[in-house]
Amino acid sequence: MSQTALYLIAGLALWLIGLHGLIVQHYALRRIIALNIMGSGCFMVMVALASRVQPPDPVLQALVVTGLVVAASASAFALRLASSGKPEQDE
Amino acid sequence: MSADWLFDAALVGLLLMLALAALHAPRLYTSVVLFIVFGLLLALAWARLGAVDLALAEAAIGAGLLGAMLLAALARSRQPALRKQAPASLVGSALLGLLLLALLVPAVLPLQQGAQPLPPAVNAALDSSGVSHPVTAVLLNFRAWDTLLELAVLLLALLGVRQLRPAALATAPGWPLLEAWARILAPLAVLLGGYLLWRGSHAPGGAFQAGALLAAGALVLRLAGLLPPLRWHYWPLRLLVLGGLLLFLGVAATGAWFGDGWLVYPPAQAGLLILLIELAATLSIAASLILLVSADRQELDS
Repeated sequence: MSQTALYLIAGLALWLIGLHGLIVQHYALRRIIALNIMGSGCFMVMVALASRVQPPDPVLQALVVTGLVVAASASAFALRLASSGKPEQDE
Repeated sequence: MSADWLFDAALVGLLLMLALAALHAPRLYTSVVLFIVFGLLLALAWARLGAVDLALAEAAIGAGLLGAMLLAALARSRQPALRKQAPASLVGSALLGLLLLALLVPAVLPLQQGAQPLPPAVNAALDSSGVSHPVTAVLLNFRAWDTLLELAVLLLALLGVRQLRPAALATAPGWPLLEAWARILAPLAVLLGGYLLWRGSHAPGGAFQAGALLAAGALVLRLAGLLPPLRWHYWPLRLLVLGGLLLFLGVAATGAWFGDGWLVYPPAQAGLLILLIELAATLSIAASLILLVSADRQELDS
């Protein structure tokens, strides 16, 4: 099995592990982690596809760099949202 | 079976186990720490696949800042009871997962043989892009729309957090060792960030990695209690946050009105324009990230 195929399958497996966690877990923090793991699986498929030529495909890599920052922004917002669910204390 | 293959297989196995453990560890704290380790090993996997830009970004943003955010969210939330899955349903989900994997693998593997028209096109246009590193050329010239909108997403996330008015997090006062280290690490972060930014035009590196490093340096200072309170209504800070997007939009609009079109740079000035945009974007990303990670209600309202 080539390196690309190995990482392609690993990306799919990561996506499925994340999906399972997203469905089974009921706590917000774990669900955010699960979503991030699903995202990592998608990124791994893309980066593995980028690496099938030498030098690697810069377009796919740039897309993943952009995606990483967007995923981090969304996770940051989700985390703040998850931890602000408690009733507001009066100031 | 070569040593390279064994290394890749071990790395993949470790990643899968860490992902499973991070999702199903009994304590939430263990989950978060395992997820940070997962991010670091993922950076190693990107490096193995030849995506060095991505490895740097993952280590700084994915593992570093996201880890800090998760730990902060953990401190803000109460500890829930873990839901144990019944053994029968565990076996069921494992079987279902394997079935899905068996269905997905034949769909994805043929993609390896697909045509790849883009890398030669990028290489052909690289000389007129103003930079010599293909990933930076794609990010800031050929697909500059993506980067522009990404800065907008970062700003939107920040505005969203501001609406939530997060309560202040009580952190322990900085102890002397941390303070001493922070005084060394913060200038180093500035130095390394500047280097990564400058290097980005001809080698792996660039605005995101540099911005994340700067934010990490500021976070260390914040944890040591050495960073003065940030104030949203202090105009230099706002300018810093908005600068990247504003400069990018300004360049794009100038190109659309006087030049060849939206986000088309004149080839002679492309290098300089990209450097300016990257500089503003770095500062903007750093300021936005540090506000996203650590700002509280007092700072965002005042």
